[in-house]
Amino acid sequence: MALDQSFVGRTYPPTEPYEVGREKIREFAEAVGDANPAYTDAEAAEALGHPDVIAPPTFVFSITFRAAGQVVEDPQLGLDYSRVVHGDQRFVYTRPVRAGDRLSVVSTIESIKSLAGNDVLDVRGEVRDEAGEHVVTAWTKLVARAADAEGGEG
Amino acid sequence: MTTKIAYDDVEVGTELPAQSFPVTRATLVRYAGASGDFNPIHWNEKFAKEVGLPDVIAHGMFTMAEAIRVVTDWTGDPGAVVEYGVRFTKPVVVPNDDQGALIEVSGKVAAKLDDNTVRVDLTAMSDGKKVLGMSRAVVRLA
Repeated sequence: MALDQSFVGRTYPPTEPYEVGREKIREFAEAVGDANPAYTDAEAAEALGHPDVIAPPTFVFSITFRAAGQVVEDPQLGLDYSRVVHGDQRFVYTRPVRAGDRLSVVSTIESIKSLAGNDVLDVRGEVRDEAGEHVVTAWTKLVARAADAEGGEG
Repeated sequence: MTTKIAYDDVEVGTELPAQSFPVTRATLVRYAGASGDFNPIHWNEKFAKEVGLPDVIAHGMFTMAEAIRVVTDWTGDPGAVVEYGVRFTKPVVVPNDDQGALIEVSGKVAAKLDDNTVRVDLTAMSDGKKVLGMSRAVVRLA
């Protein structure tokens, strides 16, 4: 079923702040096997010019994807989430996410397309800190696959 | 930003040290917990096969997290990454054995840009298949 084009350009309200914890960063870095000390050692992070430990580049996806849930689960949009796979992902950073950040996300539907029976949804998530300063923008392409489609993470 | 690599020392075509990242079912369970992505296609073989996958597959975001390590280990400062994008072209299939799968990542400088930044193009392979496409990072060098 083709999605409603009138949702293109729709922006959802900012999410409640997500507080980035040092131990959550450590857990994530360990889960991806990344021993870079900038993720776990505040002194090492400071030596690189950061005020506290920083998060690996893809850490913020957990926050933006949760925010995109507002879009994905919007009953008016009618996306079949059981068929959704992750197509593309892109981040543009003003600065790295770091411990102590309180991050809020504004999600916007950038485009809705129908390709070969697949519904393709592009969502932009703009992440700002408590002062309202831009930290990172995440672009996520979600594909609701037709039954016989290939590609995507699965 | 304090990176180990100087802009003037790299050229288009400069290769970054390649790395291989093993991934087992245990890795995926751990990543699910750390990332909050509990989609059963990443840990439940029966479910994965019911939705038409060959077996349990790795989180696309796990592969994305591993691939950028070729860049962040090269520069030393992960905060030097100013842009990073990938396309998930093929799944990383993870069998239920001690070996699991291997994600092999290589990268090279594809362009020198303004403000001491360079574009690195990454290639990520698993089981002979290209699992990421259009995998590019822009990173600021010293």
